[in-house]
Amino acid sequence: MIHSLFLINHAGDIFLEKHWKSVISRSVCDYFFEAKEKAVEPENVPPVLQTPHHYLISIYRDKLFFLSVVQTEVPPLFVIEFLHRVADTIQDYFGECSESLINDNVVTVYELLEEMLDNGFPLATESNVLKEMIRPPTILRSVVNTLTGSSNVGDKLPTGQLSSIPWRRAGVKYTNNEAYFDVIEEIDAIVDKSGTTVFAEIQGVIEASVRLTGMPDLSMTFMNPSLLDDVSFHPCVRFKRWESERALSFIPPDGNFTLMNYHVSSQNLVTIPVYVKQNICFFETGPCGRLDITIGPKQTMGKTVEALMVTIHMPKAVLSANLTATQGNYSYDLTTKVLVWDIGKLNSQKLPNLRGSLSLQSGAPKPEDNPSLNIDLKIQQVAISGLKVSRLEMNGEKYKPFKGVKYLTKAGNFQVRT
Amino acid sequence: MSTIALYNDQGGAEAAMEAGQENSSSTGGAAFGLFSSDFKKNEDLKEMLESNKESLKLEAMKRVVGLISKGKNASELFPAVVKNVASKNIELKKLVYVYLVRYAEEQQDLALLSISTFQRALKDPNQFIRGSALRVLSSIRVPIIVPIMMLAIKEAAADLSPYVRKTSAHAIQKLYSLDPEQKEQLIEVIEKLLKDKSTLVAGSVVMAFEEVCPDRIDLIHKNYRKLCNLLVDVEEWGQVVIISMLTRYARTQFTSPWKEGATFDENNDKAFYDSDSEDKRDTTEAKPYTMDPDHRLLLRNTKPLLQSRNTAVVMCVAQLYWHLAPTQEVNIITKSLVRLLRSHREVQYIVLQNIATMSIQRKGIFEPYMKSFYVRSTDATHIKTLKLEILTNLANEANISTILREFQTYVKSQDKAFAAATIQAIGRCATNITDVTDTCLSGLVLLLSNRDETVVAESVVVIKKLLQTQPTQHSEIIKHMAKLFDNITVSMARASILWLMGEYCDRVPKIAPDVLRKMAKTFTAEEDIVKLQTVNLAAKLYLTNSKQTKLLTQYILNLGKYDQSYDIRDRTRFIRQLIVPNEKSGALNKYARRILLAPKPAPVLESSFKDRDRFQLGTLSHSLNTKAAGYQELSDWPAVAPDQSVRNVEVIEPVQEWAPSVGKTKKSGKPKSADKFYSDDEEEKKEEGSESSKDSSSSSSSSSSEESGSESEEESSEESEKTSSDSGKSSSGSEKSSSESESEPKKKKKTKKAPQKKSKPPAAFSDSDENGNGPVAQASSSSAESSSGSETDSEDSDPPATPQKKKKDVKSKPKAEVKSKVEVPLLDLVDFSPAPTNAPPSSVISSSLISDLEGLSLSNITSTMQVTTPSFGPVKTYELLHHMTGKGLSAKYHFPRQPCLYEPSMVAVQVILTNGSDHSLEEIHIGERSPAGLNIHCFNTIERLEPEASVTVSMGIDFSDSTQAAHFQLCTKEDQFSVSIQPAVGELLMPSSMTEQDYSKEQGKLLGMNETSATITMATANTSRLAISKQVLSVCNVGEVPSSQNTVHRFAGRTVSSGALVLVCLELKESSTALLTINTEKSVMASMLLRDLKQPLVQA
Repeated sequence: MIHSLFLINHAGDIFLEKHWKSVISRSVCDYFFEAKEKAVEPENVPPVLQTPHHYLISIYRDKLFFLSVVQTEVPPLFVIEFLHRVADTIQDYFGECSESLINDNVVTVYELLEEMLDNGFPLATESNVLKEMIRPPTILRSVVNTLTGSSNVGDKLPTGQLSSIPWRRAGVKYTNNEAYFDVIEEIDAIVDKSGTTVFAEIQGVIEASVRLTGMPDLSMTFMNPSLLDDVSFHPCVRFKRWESERALSFIPPDGNFTLMNYHVSSQNLVTIPVYVKQNICFFETGPCGRLDITIGPKQTMGKTVEALMVTIHMPKAVLSANLTATQGNYSYDLTTKVLVWDIGKLNSQKLPNLRGSLSLQSGAPKPEDNPSLNIDLKIQQVAISGLKVSRLEMNGEKYKPFKGVKYLTKAGNFQVRT
Repeated sequence: MSTIALYNDQGGAEAAMEAGQENSSSTGGAAFGLFSSDFKKNEDLKEMLESNKESLKLEAMKRVVGLISKGKNASELFPAVVKNVASKNIELKKLVYVYLVRYAEEQQDLALLSISTFQRALKDPNQFIRGSALRVLSSIRVPIIVPIMMLAIKEAAADLSPYVRKTSAHAIQKLYSLDPEQKEQLIEVIEKLLKDKSTLVAGSVVMAFEEVCPDRIDLIHKNYRKLCNLLVDVEEWGQVVIISMLTRYARTQFTSPWKEGATFDENNDKAFYDSDSEDKRDTTEAKPYTMDPDHRLLLRNTKPLLQSRNTAVVMCVAQLYWHLAPTQEVNIITKSLVRLLRSHREVQYIVLQNIATMSIQRKGIFEPYMKSFYVRSTDATHIKTLKLEILTNLANEANISTILREFQTYVKSQDKAFAAATIQAIGRCATNITDVTDTCLSGLVLLLSNRDETVVAESVVVIKKLLQTQPTQHSEIIKHMAKLFDNITVSMARASILWLMGEYCDRVPKIAPDVLRKMAKTFTAEEDIVKLQTVNLAAKLYLTNSKQTKLLTQYILNLGKYDQSYDIRDRTRFIRQLIVPNEKSGALNKYARRILLAPKPAPVLESSFKDRDRFQLGTLSHSLNTKAAGYQELSDWPAVAPDQSVRNVEVIEPVQEWAPSVGKTKKSGKPKSADKFYSDDEEEKKEEGSESSKDSSSSSSSSSSEESGSESEEESSEESEKTSSDSGKSSSGSEKSSSESESEPKKKKKTKKAPQKKSKPPAAFSDSDENGNGPVAQASSSSAESSSGSETDSEDSDPPATPQKKKKDVKSKPKAEVKSKVEVPLLDLVDFSPAPTNAPPSSVISSSLISDLEGLSLSNITSTMQVTTPSFGPVKTYELLHHMTGKGLSAKYHFPRQPCLYEPSMVAVQVILTNGSDHSLEEIHIGERSPAGLNIHCFNTIERLEPEASVTVSMGIDFSDSTQAAHFQLCTKEDQFSVSIQPAVGELLMPSSMTEQDYSKEQGKLLGMNETSATITMATANTSRLAISKQVLSVCNVGEVPSSQNTVHRFAGRTVSSGALVLVCLELKESSTALLTINTEKSVMASMLLRDLKQPLVQA
């Protein structure tokens, strides 16, 4: 299946290679570089490429390309999903997926890759199983290691791989037993020029952070499970219980994980928390344009909108922006042509406003269309769909854990067309 | 040098190494000063590797691995590294393995030195050491060790540890790629491993199968059902591989479900699962199409995987449904596919490609999700174009205005390539939907004044294509384009305009010659494609308007004659001969007009994904639109299905596999165990009972019995429905069932006996009646007897007959008592229990005896109302304890709806305990419970439960007429598991029988606050008496009250704890509406019951 993996940085240098079958020369990447050249933006590189003898499947993440080489037919999503898991694992181990961190921990990364695939077929991708075999580096451990000469490779055998619950290792112990769940909902919306909602939906995710001793069996029920339209679960969730009772019943993995993803049924009207009044225009005569944006609260369910931010990808011709913001700061990046206005908390008494002029490259034609605005926001302590966890129970263990559920609403792909 | 000193220390064993070292140092030396730093570095590494200190060695190995990861050559260190292969330090060893696997191919002789270490490790008692030894050994690509690898694989394939077997499945592929000669032997190993029941192995061995012998479909037959059933528990990557393989398999083994007139409703399965194979053939002849149960099994077992978090799994299930499911079932995949669009960009890319292909054939299924394909300005270009493609595919008369409005936004996009693609999409919409052609055209004409050249050019090209479809009305547009001509510089667009001028020159008689004049001026500076079209235009004008254009044409033809491009010279020469009459040109000249101005068919604007469906969806080939190496063609459906019996498995399924579906076993086993109860020996009967259910599970319906719980529940309820509906018919009607057909003779024996028994005087009961209920019981049973006497022959589940028989047996002798218990269909599960529980048989007997009496005592509440035995057995089995949570112990429970044997106020619950672990569990009992006052009658402690065995025990719980769950702990010797039983409200009732008069009298007392009612719209399928009572009885444990009116259906019951009356009345009104009324003083219960009843009645 997966033959080789190359990690390539933004500049196009291969900084790590790993082969699971016989060695493939890194010259195979030239085809990829060619495509990368053609695509201009790294996001536009086609994920699947064909070369005379190989197929190249790549992902672009955190400014790095993960390029895998396959020789025969394989479902492309299989490879893509795996590559993302590699990136996830690296992030999980080192806190971030970046070239310098990978270079610093190259041996650990290599050991991980070795365990994750055997002959190109995924062997152990559960982070719990991996962590049992190869311990993630911590400051304390590296100190201990230097003193005692011990290593990061676990001397324990990967028993988790055999268990029927491969995602949880045995013998977990905590002094403070806690289970925290974050219900995070994202509003995806497209609002058109006139302020009408073209498209809106809510996607949610329940992120869990569970640190419980032993083998707890948790079950979570919702006040209004009928809101959930389409769901996908972490493998630990018992699908049958969900089917029959609409309750999440699971033995959790240890640590942080995504319990479920859901989509709120489309019958429910999506509340759009803010409205945007905007006016962007470029003048036919003279190299300038005007910009005037005001944001106000619409339906915020009585909460304050926080971390409000507006991002605008300006047309190439816009040279600079001379604006004044009544609240927050703005910045304009000349190379990427991105205008970012960081507002912060939305004050409903005094609506934030950004206005001023844009100067255009002289001689360039007036930009055809106005750029669209991408809005970021956060509303604490509320899930915009109204989803509520009614109960969280724990069976199988004697102690009383600390339990907590937090709600958060964010803007996902929230776009205002102008 | 210190190195040498070290060498001397280390003794003779390293002679070979020394040779190796000399080699490498000579190469190093040859490099001279230029590479000296490199040389030195490796020298230094070598020194470290050969030191005595573990930490130094480790440090060196880490640096070596660093070198490998950078793609730098570290092969000269091979001898120094390979010595450490037997190191005690695990990390060091692992790093050496990494090195070894990387360089063994290049240093084969030296690599052989390490082999013995692995051979030794293959015999290690620890499974992980065995596994990893095989893993590394098989990764060393050295042809000489092929026989060793072969031997190791064979041994590992028979290993006790599934982990080692999994490793051997991986090793098969490695060996095959190293030496394809071994294929035959490897196939043998694969065949063996395919039989493996471990979920750990399944994915890997199917992967090996796909790589080594994907054409050996025959190896799959016997394992097909097992793979389907294991699928949910296999790790996610294995799932992908297995599902792809099964898709291919199914296309060769089953007939197409896409034929006309086929029936697919889920209810159909029922027919498959309880009919035997002969029967099935009959139905196939009778009906145009019936789905093979194995085909259905696959679809059903893959469906839950649509909820997987792994996008590859979801996509794989989606393609399976696309390629295998009946057309009306395919739409379940859309929601999940649309969900994937929230994932990473690369995932979106692949999913959108697949949706694009699907949406061409079946636009309907994605139409509700149209808005999910709206383009965002932040999407990558290839995502945008794919979304556009899908939106275009989805366009129809109804949504076109919305789509076009959306396209208007896209046309203005800063991404010009995307804007151009949008214009093409508009063109496609315009040709496909004639209503909007004009709107699109005028919109495109507006775009002609766009500032951006690519947009204009694309518009011209699209307009040209559109005009061709309906040229008559659009001379204005052509004129407009002629005006624009000077400003357009993109050659394709210019050529398009010229072609339009020529083609429709009769509509623009004044403008066309002028355009030609302009072209004559600039001819030499134009692109080839424009020149060709100029020549073309000239020729056409010459034919239609030679007066004005003769000279111009000649001028252009002369220019063309001396053009640099031979294409143009060629064309010019051809045109000249064709249009200019001279003596040499023969007959062709006369036809010039007809040749050049022939009506031309309009181009068809098609999706670029149109022909992609030749590839299996989700594959690399589909993504690239070319056949990738190793792509396995998806075959067409066979016209006639190959033999289905090849998938039958003779091996008796282990208990573990049929135990979860006890609910079902109960059903299918019901007629049988009942048949057998007359056999003399009790032990034998039990055996037979279980065997017969095994029989039935290993026959055509074996697959069904292995199914996951919820499915089996559903199915068993269907089955029971069938049984209950069948029961009214003659016994020949029920012969259809496969299980029954074998037990036919026994049944006859029984039916003969039954009347005999009945003829005994009922007066005998009074002896056994402890509560002094004798007369009532007598009366009830005798009346029941007389009323149902004739039916009893054909129907062993006839309720009134059962208590009567029981009582007779109570009187006669204990042994017969047990048997009679079997006859009560709802008790037959108890029948399975005595053997494994090791409980003394006498206790079982007595308890069931009590139960009978309890039942009687209840019937004494009022003289007019008796508690009747329910006529419908609930079949819903609920999970109490999952085997994963229970460390192997799993428990399921259901409500047998019999009067509780321990206390009248308790609800009887039967619990099926199964030991799914590999060791026996001891002392299974019930521990502490909550709420504290909860009154539970526990089952006797089960001393010992063998692996794979299951046991059924009865308990009684006093729920106090509330649906609050009863929590308690299920304990084994070592562990305690908290479990809870939550009753459905309908289970808190006992059926009560009364006359119509009594019913109305009681109902009269329970009006006002005590009445809850609702008007419902009934599903048409539910309006028959039989259907209504079936639906009502499936929800709650009530008894039917005979009714004089056809449109009114009455049911009566009492709550178990307090004995409060619950009256259910369903009055049918016109046009399938009905009034559902519930009268009881327990109003909370009434509303819950109303809600529960509504659902099945409304749904079909």
